[in-house]
Amino acid sequence: MTLTQADIDQEIAAQHAAYEKRIADGAPVEHQPRRDYAPYRSSLLRHPKQPPVSIDVSKDPEVVELSSPAFGERDITEIDNDLTRQHHGEPIGERITVSGRLLDRDGRPIRGQLVEIWQANSAGRYAHQREQHDAPLDPNFTGVGRTLTDDDGHYHFTTIQPGPYPWRQHLNAWRPAHIHFSLFGTAFTQRLVTQMYFPSDPLFPYDPIIQSVTDDAARQRLVATYDHNLSVPEFSMGYVWDIVLDGPHATWIEEGR
Amino acid sequence: MTKIDTSRPETVLPTPSHTVGPFYGHALPFPGGGDIAPVGHPDTIALQGYVLDGAGDPLPDAFVELWGPDPDGNVPQVDGSMRRDPASGGFLGRNGVEFTGWGRVQTDANGHWTARTLRPGARGRNAPYLSVCVFARGLLVHLHTRIYLPGDEAALAADPLLSQVEEARRGTLIAEDRGDGTYRFDIRLQGEGETVFLEFR
Ligand SMILES: [Fe+3]
Repeated sequence: MTLTQADIDQEIAAQHAAYEKRIADGAPVEHQPRRDYAPYRSSLLRHPKQPPVSIDVSKDPEVVELSSPAFGERDITEIDNDLTRQHHGEPIGERITVSGRLLDRDGRPIRGQLVEIWQANSAGRYAHQREQHDAPLDPNFTGVGRTLTDDDGHYHFTTIQPGPYPWRQHLNAWRPAHIHFSLFGTAFTQRLVTQMYFPSDPLFPYDPIIQSVTDDAARQRLVATYDHNLSVPEFSMGYVWDIVLDGPHATWIEEGR
Repeated sequence: MTKIDTSRPETVLPTPSHTVGPFYGHALPFPGGGDIAPVGHPDTIALQGYVLDGAGDPLPDAFVELWGPDPDGNVPQVDGSMRRDPASGGFLGRNGVEFTGWGRVQTDANGHWTARTLRPGARGRNAPYLSVCVFARGLLVHLHTRIYLPGDEAALAADPLLSQVEEARRGTLIAEDRGDGTYRFDIRLQGEGETVFLEFR
């Protein structure tokens, strides 16, 4: 039997109700998705069934995971953060600028760390061999960007508004438009890969990937804010998206940098 | 709202994780990502293994990041892992001399990965190990684990993490010695022989 959107909608609603009940029963807020989230079928065989073993880093300042790999000016080129300038011609689509700050749980900026992004083009097609979606490739758009955060933890990208795309998990499955982000903190424990969405996307309720974040407030933190002051006259729509890295870190490492 | 007012600590809440998805292959992997050891270094070790799912099938769309100290146990703070060519915009790769300690390798079509790095040194009370981060389509939050090297039984027995893992599962954190400085380390995401994964707090 074909898996329909209605089937997935029901599962999403059930997962959400189960979370609301856990909260009502006094369980803590879940800022992160659970790795076993059945409405996203690919998670079924790929999540551990044993609970993770916990390491209290405050008891051992020597654990390697309290430090993070270093990246520098050698690792990026000047136009890596402008996805519209990587080819001879201009990519097709609505030009946007995306900026924000990379912060730790204490609200302190994370400086000089690598931010990597990748995304579909304006037609919803990735420049990736395995991608089979029947939408045009844009010869002037690869959809890959990199930058280092500045001294205030700021990052900045110029790109093209990505399109939504179908993904075949179930009949009529569509991903809301998004930009993938990969981030490093001051500690390897803070490593994060995530996705940024755009305000008021009508596809949010149907997408099991964004709905895997069952906490409503946490899910909202994945949605960028349109900021008219950041829109560049005659050039681009401006979005701001601040990112907070979870996971313990060692302040004494940062002080020495 | 994703504009955070850092003067209000109650608004500084973690950004949720999301799956890396299937289409990172043109973005994240880079040439020489697994060639972490400087060229010809005598302490070079070669690592290889499979990433497997709960049915025992290999994952052709996973990648692992390795992060470890140098043979003296010092954590490098050297950039240049993905050194770029300012002229062409392409990848120059590592310079073959400096040790950054970090690498990224994707699994091939058979779910197999390989890397060459330096034999890590011990830090504090810990037995020597490499820190590992696993990403894949279907994984909503990445997974941390460690690769310990076999040989020094006393150091392994005294390791704070290994000593809190039940005997039956400890072996999933210790690579298999294949001789001549080569080691095998499989990562099983689920089921029989499931790798021990870690959570830091
Ligand atoms: Fe995507």
